[in-house]
Amino acid sequence: MTLLAAEGLNKRFGGVVAAKDVSFALAAGEMLAIIGPNGAGKSTTFNMVGGQLAPSSGRVLLAGRDITGLPPREVCRLGVGRTFQVAQTFLSMSVAGNVQMALIAHHGRTRDVVADAASLYRAEALALLAQVGMAEAADRPIGELAYGDVKRVELAIALAAAPKLLLMDEPTAGMAPRERAALMQLTAGIARGKGIGVLFTEHDMDAVFAHADRILVLVRGEVIAEGSPESVRANPEVQRVYLGQSGHKAALRARRGAHG
Amino acid sequence: MDFGFLVVQSLSGLASASSLFVIASGLTLVFGVTRIVNFAHGSFYMLGAYMAVTVVPWLLDFDRSPLLFFTGVLVSAAVVGVLGVVMEVLLLRRLYKVPELFQLLATFGVVLMVQDAVLWIWGPVEIPGPRAPGLRHGVEILGQRFPAYELFLICVGPAVLGLLWLLMHRTRFGILIRAATRDREMVGALGVNQALLFTGTLFLGAFLAGLGGALQIPRVSANSQMDLSIITEAFVVTVIGGMGSVPGAFLAAVIIGQLNSFGVLIFPKITLVLVFLLMAVVLVVKPWGLLGRPEPAAGRAALPEGILATPRFGLWEKVILAVVLAATLAVPVFGDAYTVKVATEVLIFALAAFSLNFLVGNGGIVSFGHAAYFGLGAYAAGLLVTKGGFAMEPALIAAPLAGAAFAALFGFFVVRLTGIYLAMLTLAFAQIAYAVCFQWVEVTGGDNGVVGVWPSAWARSREVFHYLVAGCCILGIAALRHVIYAPFGATLRAARDSEQRADAIGIDVRMHRWLAFTLAGAAAGLAGGLYAFSKGSIDPTLLAIPMSIDFLAMLLLGGMQTVMGAVAGAAAFHTIKDFFMPLTDHWRFFLGASIIALVLIFPRGLSGAYGALRRRA
Repeated sequence: MTLLAAEGLNKRFGGVVAAKDVSFALAAGEMLAIIGPNGAGKSTTFNMVGGQLAPSSGRVLLAGRDITGLPPREVCRLGVGRTFQVAQTFLSMSVAGNVQMALIAHHGRTRDVVADAASLYRAEALALLAQVGMAEAADRPIGELAYGDVKRVELAIALAAAPKLLLMDEPTAGMAPRERAALMQLTAGIARGKGIGVLFTEHDMDAVFAHADRILVLVRGEVIAEGSPESVRANPEVQRVYLGQSGHKAALRARRGAHG
Repeated sequence: MDFGFLVVQSLSGLASASSLFVIASGLTLVFGVTRIVNFAHGSFYMLGAYMAVTVVPWLLDFDRSPLLFFTGVLVSAAVVGVLGVVMEVLLLRRLYKVPELFQLLATFGVVLMVQDAVLWIWGPVEIPGPRAPGLRHGVEILGQRFPAYELFLICVGPAVLGLLWLLMHRTRFGILIRAATRDREMVGALGVNQALLFTGTLFLGAFLAGLGGALQIPRVSANSQMDLSIITEAFVVTVIGGMGSVPGAFLAAVIIGQLNSFGVLIFPKITLVLVFLLMAVVLVVKPWGLLGRPEPAAGRAALPEGILATPRFGLWEKVILAVVLAATLAVPVFGDAYTVKVATEVLIFALAAFSLNFLVGNGGIVSFGHAAYFGLGAYAAGLLVTKGGFAMEPALIAAPLAGAAFAALFGFFVVRLTGIYLAMLTLAFAQIAYAVCFQWVEVTGGDNGVVGVWPSAWARSREVFHYLVAGCCILGIAALRHVIYAPFGATLRAARDSEQRADAIGIDVRMHRWLAFTLAGAAAGLAGGLYAFSKGSIDPTLLAIPMSIDFLAMLLLGGMQTVMGAVAGAAAFHTIKDFFMPLTDHWRFFLGASIIALVLIFPRGLSGAYGALRRRA
């Protein structure tokens, strides 16, 4: 079943066309990567899906429902979790506090002036943290964590809303290579296990070819190729404009690493 | 109304627009480069006028020539420019990295110090300036007489705009100013000597303020209230035009000049309100002003300046709390009448300051006009009792309702903005409230206010009234504190820490901030109502800028990083003020210097010191 469908998305900033007739579909439990060189329109496409940008034309459908132009908070309430290129967390709170906050929002209790926020949904938060392997750090201030761990907590925050779809903008940006592989492995495991669709952009080709079910290649705002990692890798136009020879070898290496 | 009259009215609007632009252009230039909103800009304007009324008559004694008049004006402006350099080197350099609330407070400290310095040097009596030789006559325009000096002023604005344009586009210094306004970090990365650039900008900014002041002397006498009245107008011009944009300031000054000169014909009483309404509308439609640009996004996330942890009371805190509560209740038994009065006022200010820290510390909503809700609560209670004939009890219920109602109304606009624009808009709304209370003499009693706001008979003794205040304020503080620990309080902290993340987990940030603003307004309104009864009177100082600054100084002194800091700050601030103010004629000077010292060397306040002590123990 189609979880997310983008139909003919266009975005113009003044005279610059950032996205031109971008269409794709994503099924539940599937991981779709958007790749492309800098300025290809990855983040623009992404933000149009997440509600941060309204498209100039085109539609975004979530489980058949039109969510085009809805603000992020409403997109979230319809079952979309999100992580950011630069991790966004609540710096004054503990690790568990961050996830508890997301749970408070998910359960619609942000206007509660009676309950005690520190003990609310604590058990659920610890369970979510355990899923991402961060349970031991629950009571540390989030500002003290290493960046890779912050990204894991951000994943737990996104999962707190019990999403049908996860949007991850360059999930491994700024991380060490070993942390990258572990985070992608973790994400893929959770997504497949719970049937959550994942749309992510990524610069790291190893991560893309190892974990994406399908890949969408954007160049100058246009989709130039779409399909399985094998078909994208074999596509001569993709090789010419984007991957290049060294990228091609990296892709082969990553594939061997993940499956061999 | 004939055509000639309208033309002359419009011309006089242009003349004031021109003066306003000269001042505002300096403010906007300084903000563009240093990102500091310089409250002391109004003080530079005032100093320009005082310098000119000193220097120009002396020069005119030699020869009554226009040349010497304008030489005097330029010399005055240059002296003020040098004072700007002094301020940059001594103070602003230490402020570039501190949060904007602290910058505003520190520059306001300079305002207070300059006010007392001016009174000390020039005395409290207004000093009229000489008229400009050669421009003393009137000119006949369409059958109306119009002063030649005003025509000259009309030309000054465009001339300054032209010169600034040349400076900004034809000189290296000007190009660096423009570059720094766009992207300060990049200019630093390119190896530009920032210290020199900032010092030079401060000279230019202060020079323009001084020039604006010096040019006013044929029209208005130099007086010690010039600074605050001009700074709010200059803020409005820069905010409407877009902070950092010189052409924007020009456009906004012309619009406001015309609005003022024609508004006075239609709504003579509420011209001030018109100007601030224009500002509110512009900011809601174009949040960065007419020709402004959005702030470049901050590089990396920083820990917010506000409440960071919400710890429970430990053993020590419980002991301290018990002692404080016992002392509060024991004051009427053991203290004399004066002590009881001070203790009552401390309780009232503690509630007001706590409600402000609920916004600033917990919500990251830096309100610079919290006195508005305090004062409106006081006016609601006071007017109900004196004009409405109601008793104290319903009036004390009306006070928080009035505070909440106005906070909800103003907050609707305020929460659409963030950062410095939000602070400016809260200040503007407070000034509207102040202007209405000041100008609507039939109802509010104007400057004198209203007397005879007495409690009901049962609460008329100082002791009983103290217990009434203690009950209301302690309950109010406890309730707000509970909200800080509740999900609603946590949601406000979340939105303060990362608006983007809060949005992405489904929080309607604006709506929550609006509710918080309303709640804080209610608490401040209650405090204001109680204050009206404790004084027995109401007057416009209750909602003036200095009152808002007092509240912020209480937060600063107590430490806005902790939940209870505001209470300690209110107690310390009010006792110190009450003790020292009768002893010195220069209270404002000491207050200003103390605020600056707090910002520079003691930014975490009393509770920061207490926290350090607890960690060591």
